[in-house]
Amino acid sequence: MPGQQLSAGVFGSIWLSGLNAMPTVTMTRHLYRFFPALESRTITAPAGSVAEVLRAVDELAPGFSDYIVDERGALRRHVNLSINDTIVIDRRNLSDRVPEGATLFIFQALSGG
Amino acid sequence: MSNMILLGTRKGTVIFDRVDSTWRPRPIAHAGIPVCYAARDARDGTLWASLDHGHWGPKLSRSRDGGVTWQDLSSLKYPDGARHIVQMLPTPDFDPAAPTGQPAYKDAAVYKIWNLAFGSAGQPGRIYAGTIPGGLFVSDDGGDTWTLNRPLWNHASRGGDLFAGGATSENQWGGTPASIDYGVFEPGIHSIVIDPRDPLHMHIAVSSAGVLESRDGGQTWGPRNRGVTNDYLPNPEAEWGHDPHFVTACPAQPDHLWQQNHCGVFYSADGAQTWTKVSQPEAGVHFGFPIAVDARDGRTAWVVPARADMARMAIDGGLFVARTTDGGKSWQAFRAGLPQENAYDIVLRHGLDVSGDCLCFGSTTGNVYLSEDRGETWQCLGNNFPPVYSVRFG
Repeated sequence: MPGQQLSAGVFGSIWLSGLNAMPTVTMTRHLYRFFPALESRTITAPAGSVAEVLRAVDELAPGFSDYIVDERGALRRHVNLSINDTIVIDRRNLSDRVPEGATLFIFQALSGG
Repeated sequence: MSNMILLGTRKGTVIFDRVDSTWRPRPIAHAGIPVCYAARDARDGTLWASLDHGHWGPKLSRSRDGGVTWQDLSSLKYPDGARHIVQMLPTPDFDPAAPTGQPAYKDAAVYKIWNLAFGSAGQPGRIYAGTIPGGLFVSDDGGDTWTLNRPLWNHASRGGDLFAGGATSENQWGGTPASIDYGVFEPGIHSIVIDPRDPLHMHIAVSSAGVLESRDGGQTWGPRNRGVTNDYLPNPEAEWGHDPHFVTACPAQPDHLWQQNHCGVFYSADGAQTWTKVSQPEAGVHFGFPIAVDARDGRTAWVVPARADMARMAIDGGLFVARTTDGGKSWQAFRAGLPQENAYDIVLRHGLDVSGDCLCFGSTTGNVYLSEDRGETWQCLGNNFPPVYSVRFG
């Protein structure tokens, strides 16, 4: 298997360390105001699409995804998501995949006043 | 007489309580969150605030303990299949003579919950909400669940039933500049008037389309814009294309309706079947956003005039309130207690209210003024509030 071939060396060790780790979700502190249950804890979800990961967070904090996406499931205009350091491309259906070991970051756009 | 005033402001909800004849503001609620409308449901005392989150989407917030605690609700949503024709924001190279293409459609999502209206005493739990992009929502359980009024959403003036397919008629509704903050140019419902005599009878106002009336509880709707001459349109008497800024009616005489818009102040004494322009430009009464009508006398109304339309601020640096007691035949300006120099305030469409002999208004400059003698003299309740979006007595 490719994983076994990569087990030696730095890349392989990183790959393996993430192999069985569920993705983590990290978010702007602003959201803790509305969902205090999410503060001071590690949030994990099964690997899957961004939409699926957000639904998993909804299980922990009902109503959470209403703050991130609109009723059509599209990402709200002033919210950005990234998977590790890659900005999510599909803002409409949130189909980008969050793999094992990755972190989904939820940012708010900086806007003034 | 009311003992509470609610302000919706750019930075939260401000509640004043009248204590020993003095109006005292509480610490701000929803601190830091824009609140575009706040009101109290007199039937059960529930307080409501419409949160206009810049990031997290519109939410209603509800307090059932007089404002001690609030519960945010995400329950107001467009149903699956709700679509609207996309409005294109006019651009400098827009050519009105160019042939129009096929309409573009968009799945509907709520951008703004612009105002709320409460049902009659015989309809506990009935609440109406007007939104951008132009949907009227109804709740019969105090806001826990909401239903889109489909006859209005599917109205021929919006292209027909887009749940079923493509447009079957021409869209007559235009966008409101208030939608541009959301990156769109879509219509909005900012006024909902329920007839106290008959809860099936209602008027709504849409920017930019006009006034519509239903007499059957929202099953059918028709335009009620006759007489609202629209100076800037090729046809000033067009049925659609109006931009009422706010529409209200006298609770004791519901056939007396008033509206303020770009082209003047308009009054109807026949339930909006016909409107009459009652501006008095030489007295400064012409352009503005809010309008309030007396609870008992449908001929008595108040406006806070502004310099039209490219300035949108107090006229010649002096702030005043104008009152008519004869259906707009004459207007009297009241300035006592209001700044008469270096004032650049503008009062937005929900920024003026009346309760008995008391009136209150707030401006985007953060000034709040109160009158306890029917608008004749004013006292300042504060100069340092956030920009005020709405003022409602509780």
